[in-house]
Amino acid sequence: MTPVAVMVGANRIVPAAGIIHPLGNADLSPDDEKALRRRIVEQALQALKTEVAKPTVFAHE
Amino acid sequence: MAGLRVVCFVNQFFGQLGGEEKAGVAPQLMDGAVGAARAVQQALGDAGTVVATIICGDNYAAEQPERATADMLALATSQRPDLVIAGPAFLAGRYGVACGALCAAVQSSLKIPAVTGMHQENPGVDLYRRQVYVVQTGSEASRMLDEVRKLVSLGLKLARGASIGAPAVEGYFARGVTRNVIATTSAAERATAMLLAKLAGRPFTSEVPLPDFQTVPAPRLLKTLEGATIALVTDGGLVPRGNPDAIEALNATRYGAYSIEGKTRLDAAQYDNPHRGYDTSYVKQDPHRLVPVDVARELEHSGAIGKLHEIVYSTVGVATTLAHSARMGREIAEKLRAAGVDAVILTST
Repeated sequence: MTPVAVMVGANRIVPAAGIIHPLGNADLSPDDEKALRRRIVEQALQALKTEVAKPTVFAHE
Repeated sequence: MAGLRVVCFVNQFFGQLGGEEKAGVAPQLMDGAVGAARAVQQALGDAGTVVATIICGDNYAAEQPERATADMLALATSQRPDLVIAGPAFLAGRYGVACGALCAAVQSSLKIPAVTGMHQENPGVDLYRRQVYVVQTGSEASRMLDEVRKLVSLGLKLARGASIGAPAVEGYFARGVTRNVIATTSAAERATAMLLAKLAGRPFTSEVPLPDFQTVPAPRLLKTLEGATIALVTDGGLVPRGNPDAIEALNATRYGAYSIEGKTRLDAAQYDNPHRGYDTSYVKQDPHRLVPVDVARELEHSGAIGKLHEIVYSTVGVATTLAHSARMGREIAEKLRAAGVDAVILTST
């Protein structure tokens, strides 16, 4: 959905884990799922710290 | 229809009072067609007479818009017009807004048609095109008579009660009105023709206007993350069990504000999700898959962020209109700002 977010003008966009569970993944173990969630939230925090001039997708590192 | 009484409105420049040094002049009424209004008289020919011209300074109109519009409306009313023509204002912003305001006031108070014209980037277009007919003009006055003819032609049709064609045909900015028409070909044929034109690089006109998304400059985080209050917001539909705010399953007009005070995690048994736009079973199983209270709380405790805001805002983002989305976003942002929140993580499905 990130192209839609860019099109509507969201400024800081972090790709998440999917439409039905953006911050999780039921196929993972609970610990791995939480680690995944933590990575996405930490990436969102990094994005918040970063100055942007236009809609920017912060790709997975 | 001879004897149509027309009142024109022009600013101080087009009324030939002067330039910026005269921009503060109050609304005044001049007999007959003055300045640019003479082009209106020329375009009218025998169809009507410009009985008076109202002139108002751009600054006067911009600095006290309500008073200026009320004064000009009173001046227009005194002339018992059948039609009011304002401008054209081209790319002049203060002038364009004044034209739109006067036309809207004339229509609602006098119940007579009013027409204005301006360039598409004039701020008056977006402010008034839904209320009044705003004819599309160029940016400069070099072809004044040609531009004025478009305003007058539409104004005469309105004054005569003639049917008005589509915006592209008549040359006015779309007012957001949908009118049923009978097409000669099916939707499938028209869509295919558009697609073929697009693939061939030929021009085509969509029958569905695309929403015009406003560009919002990206604000800078003014604090370090360690000192910042972060809020969680979602359009993925998480609500407390029972959906206390009755947030709609689609095309939502409402949002909820839900406290997470004292919670280190969300108990799935206490939450529900009315969102009808995706399979919500995984989020119902574990709400953190949508609203990451668990890790956000850990980041707060470890000091990575200053504070996690104790209220989560939630709505359902599916088939939600742009107007409602913008309103809800504005209201939520105002509340967050008032609560001292520095940044938001909005999770979306």
